[in-house]
Amino acid sequence: MVEIARALVCRDLRLALRRRADVATALLFFVIVASLFPLGVGAEPNLLRSIAPGVIWVAALLASILSLARLFADDFADGTLEQMLLGAAPLGVVVAAKAAAHWLVCGLPLVLLAPLLALQYDLPGPLAGMLALSLALGTPVLSLIGAIGAALTLGLRGGGVLLSLLVLPLYVPVLVLGAGSVEMASAGLGGQGQLLLLAALLVVAAAAAPWAIAAALRISSE
Amino acid sequence: MKWFWYASPETFFPLAGTIARICAVAAAVFAVAGLYVGFFVAPTDAQQGEVYRIIFIHVPAAWMSMFLYVLMAAWAALGLALNTRLSAMMARALAPTGALFTFIALWTGSLWGRPTWGTFWVWDARLTSELILLFLYFGFMALQASIEDRRRSDRAGAVLAIVGAVNVPIIYYSVQWWNTLHQGASVSFSRAPSMAATMFTGMILMALAFWMYSIAVSLTRVRCMMREEK
Repeated sequence: MVEIARALVCRDLRLALRRRADVATALLFFVIVASLFPLGVGAEPNLLRSIAPGVIWVAALLASILSLARLFADDFADGTLEQMLLGAAPLGVVVAAKAAAHWLVCGLPLVLLAPLLALQYDLPGPLAGMLALSLALGTPVLSLIGAIGAALTLGLRGGGVLLSLLVLPLYVPVLVLGAGSVEMASAGLGGQGQLLLLAALLVVAAAAAPWAIAAALRISSE
Repeated sequence: MKWFWYASPETFFPLAGTIARICAVAAAVFAVAGLYVGFFVAPTDAQQGEVYRIIFIHVPAAWMSMFLYVLMAAWAALGLALNTRLSAMMARALAPTGALFTFIALWTGSLWGRPTWGTFWVWDARLTSELILLFLYFGFMALQASIEDRRRSDRAGAVLAIVGAVNVPIIYYSVQWWNTLHQGASVSFSRAPSMAATMFTGMILMALAFWMYSIAVSLTRVRCMMREEK
C-alpha cells in the first residue's frame, strides 16, 4: 500500500515537473493577490501588520482553489482515473496519495513563500515563522477538503466556479484557526492553542477525507 | 415491515398530498395563533420595548434553518445508503426551504440588530455561522442544479450534504472562538426558559407553524418532482 502511494506521488510530481507553468501560475496568483492588498488599502505599516495574516491566508485559500480544479481533470480526460478506479489498489490510498502530491506541488511552495510575503507586510520574524507554521499545518487540510469538491465537480460545465462555491465555506475553520494563530501570537498570547487545533483538524481530515473523495469519484465517473 | 411501503413514489404520492394539505392548514392556524400571542398577548420587554417582538419570527426561523440542514443531510445519507429515490427527493426538496429560513433568520436578525445594537451587521459568531450555513445551502443547490444526470446529481449532493453536516459543528465552534457578541440561547432543554411564559408560548406556536409550513412545502415539492419524472 505504501508502495502504491509512493509510486503515485512520484508520478504526480514528475507530471508537475514536466508542466512547470501550471504550478507557477497558481504560485504567481498567490503572490499577486497578496501584493494587491497594500495597493488597495494603503501602505500604512501598522494597518499592514494587522491585516497580514488574514490577507496571506485568504490568498492561500484562493490559490489552493485555483489549482484544485485540475486535480483529477487530466487523469479523467485521458482515462487514467478509470484505471485507478478499476485497479486493485484501494481507492482511499490512491486519492490520499493524489492529495499529498497536490500539497507537495501547490501547498508546500505557499508555505515557503509566505515568510517572503510577510516581509512585504513588515511582519516581525517570529510572527512570519508562525505564519509559515500555520500554513504548513493548514494547507494539507485545504488540499484534502478541496479534493472532495474537485471530485464532485469532475467534468461539469463551469466546474471551477462551482468548486469555489462548494469548498470555500468548508475552508472557514482552517482560515479562522490559521490566521487566528498569528494574530494571537502578535497580541502576545501565544498561538499554540490554534496551531494544535489546526493539527487536530489535519488529523481528522487525513482520516476522513479520503473516504469522501473516493465516494465522490465513484459517483462522478460511473 | 411496512417501513418501505411508502418508499415507492406510487404509494407515497397520494399520502404526501394528504399530509401536505393537513400541514398547510395547520401552519396557517399555528401562524395566526402565534402572531396573535406575539403581538397582542406577550408583554412589552422591559429593556428593548416593542422591537423585541421580531423574536417570534427570528428565533423559530433560526431553529428551522439549522434543523432542516441536519434533516436534509440525514435524508441524503439515507438515499446514499439504501439507494431509495424518495430519500434523495426529500433532500432535494428540503434545501430551498432551509435556505429560505436561513435567509429569514439573517434578515430579521439584521432588522433587530439595527435598533438594539445600532448596526445591521456585526461579524459575530452566530451571524457568521448562519451566513456560512446559507452558503452551504447554496452550494448544495448549485451542485445539484449543475449536474444533469439525476442519479449522479442526487448522489453527489448527498456526499456534499454529509461533508457539510460534519463541518457545521466545526465551523460553529471555530467562529465562536473567533468572535462573539450575540446573546446566549434564551431557551434550552436543561433549564426553564428565561422569559415570560406568554413569550415562550408565542415562540413555540410560531416554531410549530414553521414546522408545518416546511413539511407542506417540501412534500408539495416532492410531488412536483414525481410528476416531472413521469
